[in-house]
Amino acid sequence: MSDLPLRAQLASVLGRSAASLSRATGRGDGSVIGGRVALKVEPDLLTKLAKGRRLALISATNGKTTTTRLIAQALREFGDVATNEYGANMPTGHITALSQNASAVNGVLEVDEKYLPQVLVATQPAFVVLMNLSRDQMDRASEINLLAKKWRTALGKTNTHVIANADDPLVAWAGLGAANATWVSAGQRWKEDSWCCPECGGHLKRDTDPYWECPECGLSRPETTWAVDNESDTLIAPDGQRLKLRLNLPGDANRANAAIAAATAAGYGIHPERTVERLREITSVAGRYTSLVTMGVEVRLLLSKNPAGWLESFAVLDPPRVPVILAVNAQIPDGKDTSWLWDVDYTVLRGRRVFVMGERRTDLALRLETDGVAFEVADRVDEVLGRLKAEDPDITKVDVIANYTAFQQIRTAYGRVQ
Amino acid sequence: MTDTSSTLRIVWIYPDLLSTYGDQGNVLILKRRAELRGIPTEVLQVTSSSPVPEHGDIYLLGGGEDRPQILAAERLRKDGGLARAVARGACVFAVCAGYQIIGESYGDDESNPLPGIGILDIRSGRGQTRAVGEIVADVDPALGVGRITGFENHQGRTAIGPSARPLSTTVRGIGNDDRTEGAYQGQVLGTYLHGPALPRNPELADLLLRWRVGALPAVAPSWGERLHEERLAAALR
Ligand SMILES: [Zn+2]
Repeated sequence: MSDLPLRAQLASVLGRSAASLSRATGRGDGSVIGGRVALKVEPDLLTKLAKGRRLALISATNGKTTTTRLIAQALREFGDVATNEYGANMPTGHITALSQNASAVNGVLEVDEKYLPQVLVATQPAFVVLMNLSRDQMDRASEINLLAKKWRTALGKTNTHVIANADDPLVAWAGLGAANATWVSAGQRWKEDSWCCPECGGHLKRDTDPYWECPECGLSRPETTWAVDNESDTLIAPDGQRLKLRLNLPGDANRANAAIAAATAAGYGIHPERTVERLREITSVAGRYTSLVTMGVEVRLLLSKNPAGWLESFAVLDPPRVPVILAVNAQIPDGKDTSWLWDVDYTVLRGRRVFVMGERRTDLALRLETDGVAFEVADRVDEVLGRLKAEDPDITKVDVIANYTAFQQIRTAYGRVQ
Repeated sequence: MTDTSSTLRIVWIYPDLLSTYGDQGNVLILKRRAELRGIPTEVLQVTSSSPVPEHGDIYLLGGGEDRPQILAAERLRKDGGLARAVARGACVFAVCAGYQIIGESYGDDESNPLPGIGILDIRSGRGQTRAVGEIVADVDPALGVGRITGFENHQGRTAIGPSARPLSTTVRGIGNDDRTEGAYQGQVLGTYLHGPALPRNPELADLLLRWRVGALPAVAPSWGERLHEERLAAALR
């Protein structure tokens, strides 16, 4: 990085020390504050820092952080990787990630959906990886149809190679804006945001999953070369090779993330067999899917921020005898509007022991009552464990599904488990 | 209720286009509060590629992004079923984008006026600012509903014509125009309280049921009433 202009180098160093300061003073993991200082000094820094690297930008509503981590893990095959693995996914976070690892040729950056067009222009990445788009924090996020349109337009102006989920119509339509694409059949459980054609608004024909087409304008699902088969836990590579995934992260959503990661790593020249081996090494991503053991009970933490995420989490719950705690807040990072709770179908929780927690637990309570799901109200995880243990001293497991700040509060209460 | 049937028919219009903020909640709460009174219900989901049936009791329209809103309005106008149902005396509850399109006209994403379904005497356009946040309003005393609370997230501003009346007076939030929120005309009611407006306001849900079936037996207060009180307190704090 010695060819960086002095001012950029200085900014980069400044950013780095601010990040260390932030970590040392316990104000956060340092990824945002570092970049914020750096940006003030050199606005073009992101472009300069990106130059000469092979970057992959990862964007989606759900699974960005995990997929970024998966791809970075695969690319470590070649040595150091510059990446924002703690989810600081705006330009300031990208600057921090790149300046912290100035010598890495390969980089994997998680990008906030709104910032993708801008970061795409600034970094000219080798790959843009797109997984899914669905309703999320609508009090402050952009409308997703508008977002897809901006992605599509931005991709049309670069020669970046897109790696995208063909099963999500909105994502596919955005990706079709790019000149080069690799299509992955990664599945789509949540379909409530894609009944209509992104091109003309017609009602999509979706008779046989994962195929979709618009009877009005003819837009249809692109041909895929990669696929994931959830039933058999298998990744199918372009040459037809079938690879058992056996991931240590749960659920179909993570199989989808892994398939996308393998397709991306293949773009960098890594054989999928090797990628899958490396992906199995990951057991937790920034505290997600972590289990902590407290009072002799294994408590598994699932972060889910929106209806599509909750649906995925319900699908990975342990068998019905395992109780589940649902925790919802409505602070700014969560979105102030809890309306989305009504988009989720909770009937799958009937017959399970359910607890509601968090600042908006009354919203959850009414929602569960309406779906005929019995529940109890609680303040804290250890209080729930106390109640459960009093009834059954042999209880071994509890699942927790929480949205963003509720999840962070629980993590903090247990010492920020990784 | 309609004709010979003793079943309350709830028709959810275009969940594929207008269902962005938990609009399903209104369907579920109407159904639940009817069933608590022993009234059998039937829910019909009508997607944008299907005709709107004319024999429903309560028609629900949800919120949506700009383009789905325009599509929904075009298709509903062409279909004509909703307007015919209203002419037969059906009840309509529409929120947000749905509220705007049942009016005489509404603005597209650049404020060009587009024709609505014309079952509520309102005209909507776009304001300078986006109204986002908790809203509190006092409902027209003639309706016997009291204070309502909800979440608004829209850029619309709505003027109410002589055939309709404001649903409520704004206490907090923007609503139609800073002063009033929502509108009604006969049994057609619209509001900017988006998504689960009825779960958050059990009395408003009961008003719609009363319009169709007459006086309702009281039900024991539960989580809906509690949520209503909690959100009012939080919004006015
Ligand atoms: Zn089409």
